Amino acid sequence: MRIGVITFPGSLDDRDAQRAVRLAGAEPVALWHGSHDLEGVDALILPGGFSYGDYLRCGAIASLSPIMTEVVSAANSGMPVLGICNGFQMLTEAGLLEGGLIRNDHGSFICRDQVLTVENSSTDWTADFEAGQQITIPLKNGEGGFIADDDTLDRLEGEGRVVFRYVDVNPNGSLRDIAGISNARGNVVGLMPHPEHAVEPGFGPDTAAAMRSGVDGLGFFTSIVKRALVDA
Amino acid sequence: MPTIVVDVMPKAELLDPQGKAVAGALARTGRTGFSGVRIGKRFELTVDGPVDDALRAQVQEIAEEILSNGVIEDVVGIHYEVTNAELAEEASDAASVTADGFGAPAGETH
Repeated sequence: MRIGVITFPGSLDDRDAQRAVRLAGAEPVALWHGSHDLEGVDALILPGGFSYGDYLRCGAIASLSPIMTEVVSAANSGMPVLGICNGFQMLTEAGLLEGGLIRNDHGSFICRDQVLTVENSSTDWTADFEAGQQITIPLKNGEGGFIADDDTLDRLEGEGRVVFRYVDVNPNGSLRDIAGISNARGNVVGLMPHPEHAVEPGFGPDTAAAMRSGVDGLGFFTSIVKRALVDA
Repeated sequence: MPTIVVDVMPKAELLDPQGKAVAGALARTGRTGFSGVRIGKRFELTVDGPVDDALRAQVQEIAEEILSNGVIEDVVGIHYEVTNAELAEEASDAASVTADGFGAPAGETH
């Protein structure tokens, strides 16, 4: 399986995402924002970072990139798309996911190992988790406050499209503790925390067993690989 | 050269952490009497050609689709400004004909 990771000007976690893809057993394909070519990949990841220096609004200018025309079209045809942090912001700006992300309510950048509940394990990117499972992955953002109007929030919850919720601490003022959502079809998922930073022992969050041994993020990438095997 | 000013504000019902931080600084420095501060954005677009209906429609679209995100922000104003040079030119034109109050008012025109 080939998974494209798109690099935008100011992307930071593109190579981490490529590494996560490799560790999950798939082939990462580096894609470029200025191209219109998805190079025949089977799934897409929009990585974290600060594309265009967060100018205008986080993810706003990147969402107007040439390749985003292809991303929107592929997503609407059912291709799995994962937006992490800045990638999540791009997906909301591109209209693929509802709501928006605003500056953290406390006004500060925050970096911590964050506990999440996986509420929906039927999306393309969460099938390898159990519904209700708690996972710990790093979170690092300055503008991660998820907002939407009450009707949209009710609909997202009613349709099971709140995929991840913050546990114990709401790190950025996100409404209803929402950390990540999906589209109706479940192929497009966006979240603020970073699964790609918790995929290899020695480099992940601390666990009760050992320092930096957390690999809870790997499930995102193995989910998509297993989905491909089922389809094949 | 006409300048088009687009003003965008965070939605009124949303917390504006930047404005809140400034309000806190005002209070801490003894500048009391301000119950709130909100911070928005001002965009200045300059055009070389004439400001006609097609351009105005395009500006409206740009303001709503790109300069703002309707989920979190509102476009609170679109103003078509005349530069000082143009005002001076109009003033001299008006003086050379008759001062009939026909010229654009100073500052902003809609």
